[in-house]
Amino acid sequence: MTVKDFAQSADLKFICNEALASERNIDGCYCGDLLSWVMSKAKENNLWLTVMGNINSIGVAVLTDVACIILTENAPLDDNAREKADSNGVIILTTDKTSYEVAAQYSKLQ
Amino acid sequence: MDSIKLHYDVSGNDFTCAGEASGKIKRELKGLGFPNDIIRNVAIAVYEGEINMVIHAGGGVIDVEITPECISLDLIDEGPGIPDISLAMKEGFSTAPENVRQLGFGAGMGLPNIKKYTDEMVIDSEVGVGTTIHLKVFVK
Ligand SMILES: Nc1ncnc2c1ncn2[C@@H]1O[C@H](COP(=O)(O)OP(=O)(O)O)[C@@H](O)[C@H]1O
Ligand SMILES: [Mg+2]
Repeated sequence: MTVKDFAQSADLKFICNEALASERNIDGCYCGDLLSWVMSKAKENNLWLTVMGNINSIGVAVLTDVACIILTENAPLDDNAREKADSNGVIILTTDKTSYEVAAQYSKLQ
Repeated sequence: MDSIKLHYDVSGNDFTCAGEASGKIKRELKGLGFPNDIIRNVAIAVYEGEINMVIHAGGGVIDVEITPECISLDLIDEGPGIPDISLAMKEGFSTAPENVRQLGFGAGMGLPNIKKYTDEMVIDSEVGVGTTIHLKVFVK
């Protein structure tokens, strides 16, 4: 499943790099807001569900090679984070659903 | 190949730059064709080191030496030093202030993560002088 496919079925909105989403495959899912924890536990191509929309989240996404960041519960994305995501090709989506709800949706589609 | 030496400055108190050195090292290693898991391990260790320099030490420098067999890293700062290294190495131990925690850091996982993702880790630290962390990741 690609990020594009999942975004459609879970009704997520793109904020950064939608153009890359049909090429990016998803493999697994990780929920977490403590960046060091995520850094060590999230795997390549995971969906990453978080409420942490600061510039360091982008650094973590780049280094772990997650498929995308999904900002849940309408968590905001800082302006400098958006710029860094754009220039680093990090796909970011947003939703009013909780991380639990999005993860459950992903699990159903597995 | 001869060894490749790289040097990076990490500026203090600037969270927006943290992750820059690890990103650059990651790209460098990718370009040299190292395996993905090795690159990931190095990138995570350097990232945690960078964040620590920013949060705890007011910045520092990173020296990297790359050979086909081993990636060696020295993370050097002139910050306050670590008074009790074995305590600092414990998962969950952190002296990070509240504003840092709000950014998602200060979980006390940094040094344990560095240990987990490298093959050798030696911390030299003196209170009031600074901290140097020597790391090696072997390419098996
Ligand atoms: N470069 C450093 N200079 C001074 N103290 C440090 C340094 N790195 C780590 N420490 C100390 O070790 C503790 C644990 O570090 P770490 O495991 O990375 O957790 P965290 O950074 O989340 O607090 C820090 O809270 C700090 O007290
Ligand atoms: Mg740390």
